[in-house]
Amino acid sequence: MPDSTAVGLHHEEQHHPELLHHFADPQQQRDASSLGMWVFLATEIMFFGGLFCAYLIYRRWYFGDFAAASKSIDMALGATNTAVLICSSLTVVLAVWAAQTARRTLLLASLAITMLLGLTFLGIKGVEYKQKFDEHHVPGASFSFDHEEIPGHPGQYANPAHAQIFFSLYFVMTGLHALHMIIGLGIFLWLFLAAWRGRFTPEYNTPIEIGGLYWHFVDIVWIYLFPLLYLIDRHA
Amino acid sequence: MSMEIAIPKPVERENYLNKEYGVWSWLLTTDHKRIALLYLISITFFFFIGGFFALLIRLELLTPAGDLVQADTYNKLFTQHGMVMIFFFLIPSIPAVLGNFLVPMMIGAKDLAFPRINLLSWYLYIIGGVMMLHCMLIGGVDTGWTFYAPFSTNFTNSNFIEAGLAIFVAGFSSILTGLNFVVTIHRMRAPGLTWSRLPLFIWAHYATSIIQLLGTPVIAVTIVLVAAERGLHLGIFDPKLGGDPLLFQHLFWFYSHPAVYIMILPAMGVVTEIIACFSRKRIFGYSFVAFSSIAIAVFGFLVWAHHMFVAGMSVYAALVFSFLSYAVALPSAIKVFNWTATLYKGSIHYDAPMLYAFGFLGLFTIGGLTGLFLAALGIDVHVTDTYFVVAHFHYIMVGGAVMGYLGGMHFWWPKISGRLYPEGWARLAALIVFIGFNLTFFPQFLLGYLGMPRRYYDYSHMPEFQVLNVLSTAGATVLGVGYLLPMVYFLWSMRYGKPASDNPWNAAGLEWKTASPPPTFNFDEEPIVTWEAYNYEELDAPHKQEVPVAR
Repeated sequence: MPDSTAVGLHHEEQHHPELLHHFADPQQQRDASSLGMWVFLATEIMFFGGLFCAYLIYRRWYFGDFAAASKSIDMALGATNTAVLICSSLTVVLAVWAAQTARRTLLLASLAITMLLGLTFLGIKGVEYKQKFDEHHVPGASFSFDHEEIPGHPGQYANPAHAQIFFSLYFVMTGLHALHMIIGLGIFLWLFLAAWRGRFTPEYNTPIEIGGLYWHFVDIVWIYLFPLLYLIDRHA
Repeated sequence: MSMEIAIPKPVERENYLNKEYGVWSWLLTTDHKRIALLYLISITFFFFIGGFFALLIRLELLTPAGDLVQADTYNKLFTQHGMVMIFFFLIPSIPAVLGNFLVPMMIGAKDLAFPRINLLSWYLYIIGGVMMLHCMLIGGVDTGWTFYAPFSTNFTNSNFIEAGLAIFVAGFSSILTGLNFVVTIHRMRAPGLTWSRLPLFIWAHYATSIIQLLGTPVIAVTIVLVAAERGLHLGIFDPKLGGDPLLFQHLFWFYSHPAVYIMILPAMGVVTEIIACFSRKRIFGYSFVAFSSIAIAVFGFLVWAHHMFVAGMSVYAALVFSFLSYAVALPSAIKVFNWTATLYKGSIHYDAPMLYAFGFLGLFTIGGLTGLFLAALGIDVHVTDTYFVVAHFHYIMVGGAVMGYLGGMHFWWPKISGRLYPEGWARLAALIVFIGFNLTFFPQFLLGYLGMPRRYYDYSHMPEFQVLNVLSTAGATVLGVGYLLPMVYFLWSMRYGKPASDNPWNAAGLEWKTASPPPTFNFDEEPIVTWEAYNYEELDAPHKQEVPVAR
């Protein structure tokens, strides 16, 4: 990879080792990387946006069926996962601060705890998926959602076909979110190893910062997914 | 042979082409100019595959009976023609080849902001392309390039999932190119190069990138849903299970209409550069042309449902979308009027790039105006799914985007290759392309207006359409020759062409102020810009030196 080692043609002595050849100075490189991640997150918003759009349309059409289906997923597990992710956002912020202020132990610990929280989230998600599988709520040939009452409407039962749309969206949305979590874990493993080798300094810590931006984004997606999927008409 | 020692050859300057040799110096390069050439080779390959399908379609329609291929084969031909041409040729064409090559040079940067991501985007394109090729080899897809649900999700027996994933992967490549351009244009401009001094090619690519960034993810998630529905029978788009096939169309066209502007905006950028250079004038109304690109990008996102007027949408929604589709004609018209005004009293040179620009101007205008026919609800109902629509979008995509692409390839070929192409042949090819194009697609307007539906392989119940179809097929043959010619003489010129000077057109723009071909880091010294774009009056003024750029 020539561009990671090559230095500019002039004044090579004063170059920071992490400054790539095509940037004029570290500030420009940092600004470019940061803007790149923000722009990428904009594309991610559009990616999830298509799903949220589909969700909102069907939720409006089949509200009762959606509420009944929503009631069958475990709110306690979802709430725990929400708490887990909010905590992981805190540790990400701590990691950025630790890198900026050259606190090596705190940096490594924050990155490790972030990964641990991410794995906890995925574990709990796995338990939820297992429950849905056992209850035959996974869309497909063995799907069944018979005689499930619509909340607030005693004696009225949800339409299984419409409930299946809810579960389709539930699995696609939480599945794509979990995929983003797994990619985030990969990024944080890479950050952890680089931090272990002492690559990040108060002058150069852009990867931690933009990796953190990505992690926060994935958290925020969950902050929207949780109420939309778990909390439909729970008061009834 | 020993005589050669006596006359020492001039030492060739080190440039991006001769700096390193060998396969790996290309396949692992992070130089935006080399990646542009990798894209050039790959999209040319796919262009000829898509063109081959087109030729088979035209041959089938030569006679009213369905005699050359079977109905299923015909469905696959037009599907694969569309998918290959749109996702593997038109969308990457100008941005990934000319944009890749020129965006950093025009703004005085050493490279794009993320060179390795740029290489990654080419590899993603190749992975998507190989998947598409594999999909075609094992039988192809027959859904039409629009792969409407529930046909694509429940009924087709062809391998849609693989084709969908190929488009998904190629879409990522397109997103990464757009991301690279946006960051590069924001953060990497040379000192003094303010937004109002940027070449309009850059503005056009900026607008294109916005569409790539905000549109492509939506088709990505749509493909995920279609593939999941097809594989797992989810019911999101299946009316039998309470799903809504119209939702598919909304999601699909939310990307696929703006995708038209991904194809045409960069061509508009190319044409702007060419028209200014070959009429030796500053572009008329710089800021209007610049902001009309942004306006097209914004309005382009608000018109998608005009593809769905007869799909069972609410009449009120249709009215709004019809109105908004008219609105998008405004910025397009601003561009056409400003180009024309630039020509007015210019000293016009009829070199090959300018011939393509003239072709673009006329054909894009026809394509755009017939687009207004289709935006009008009353006419649209009459000509929906006829050859009128086919002719309309080919005027935009082939008459517009491909003309712009070829014009740009000729204009910047001396910079890319360091050689001049043969001007006489190039003018001839431009003429052949123009004639062949009109002969192919103008009869299709008439066919459509008379009522010939698209996607039919057999029209033996309406044999009166044959004359126009024969004309169209004949035109396609001429057009094919017109497309082969540039490929031949470009390749020829790489070895035998006259060496090009740094600025053979005496054109404005930073890319002309460095060597042809440029050195790996584009400029020997970072340029500082002190002049406005398109300062042709200054360039042509006698006794006046060009503003010096330290080299």
